[in-house]
Amino acid sequence: MKRYRIPLLLLILNIIFGVLYPIFGISTLNIMKMNLSEMLSVMPPIFIILGLLDVWVERSTLVKFMGEGSGVKGSVLAFVMGSVAAGPLYAAFPIAAMLIKKGAKFQNVCLFLGVWSTTKIPMLLFESANLGLRYTTIRFVCNIIGISIVAALMEITTSKEDKMELIEHVNQLESE
Amino acid sequence: MFTYIIYIIAICGLMVSWLKDKSKTKMALRKAWKTFEGIFPQLITVLMIIGVMLTLVDESVISSWLGSDSSGIGVILAAILGSITLIPGFVAFPLAASLLEMGAGYMQITMFLTTLMMVGIITFPVESKYFGKKITMKRNVFAFCFAVCISLVIGGVF
Repeated sequence: MKRYRIPLLLLILNIIFGVLYPIFGISTLNIMKMNLSEMLSVMPPIFIILGLLDVWVERSTLVKFMGEGSGVKGSVLAFVMGSVAAGPLYAAFPIAAMLIKKGAKFQNVCLFLGVWSTTKIPMLLFESANLGLRYTTIRFVCNIIGISIVAALMEITTSKEDKMELIEHVNQLESE
Repeated sequence: MFTYIIYIIAICGLMVSWLKDKSKTKMALRKAWKTFEGIFPQLITVLMIIGVMLTLVDESVISSWLGSDSSGIGVILAAILGSITLIPGFVAFPLAASLLEMGAGYMQITMFLTTLMMVGIITFPVESKYFGKKITMKRNVFAFCFAVCISLVIGGVF
């Protein structure tokens, strides 16, 4: 229950403010409701897929496809996984953590997070409807290049020790 | 639409898994629940903070800050707004479109959208729970630098 202390405190503060300033209260509540419904609508299937992958995909298989030495295959797979996703970036964090645990290359995990954050297919469709195909295409191409560079930079600047620490950290998450 | 596809994939996966091995399927569901419950407190904290922030800095405030300003200050404001806030895409893109109509430049819009999606100050606690502070910090800094680059490129093209 300790973990719920902060959100509970915030909720109480929110209610107090909401009573004192009803306009403020209603607005915060509406925005929260919108975000919460977005979260709750996409997260259950994502977490179920995560659980299934975790149980069925052997570590050795994942290492073969996305680990060190998986080369282009690993990058393409990371790319496809991120593209077909739905939901906000924070839904991708647990999946990324699972990939790390199963032995995916750090660079591929960064690539996956980058793709998830900006170039998801459903988002692209929506973007071109709102901002035009030309803008969307240019942004998409820039994003692909940028995400690849950022992923490569993350890989280069993270030392072996830091990566080991990360793997240990992710493994500990599980046992909590 | 895509949400349905994700649901269909999840349900089909569950059925296949159930037919092949019931105990493994139960384990998968347990893991799914544990992972979800593991970040739930952080997530609702983030959602509440966003609720308050977006009430204070609502669309009209964002518009008045970014609306007709196509100067460097507009870019900086866009970067700040985008980095802190976290608006779902289905709100962000129409907002960006209306900002364009009001006279904001493509550079500002790109900065706003890119930082919005890639840089998350409010979600920092959620992210660092998984990857640690150091890597989270680095990812956000790199993403921010990239946002600056892409805004300059797109600002130049349009």
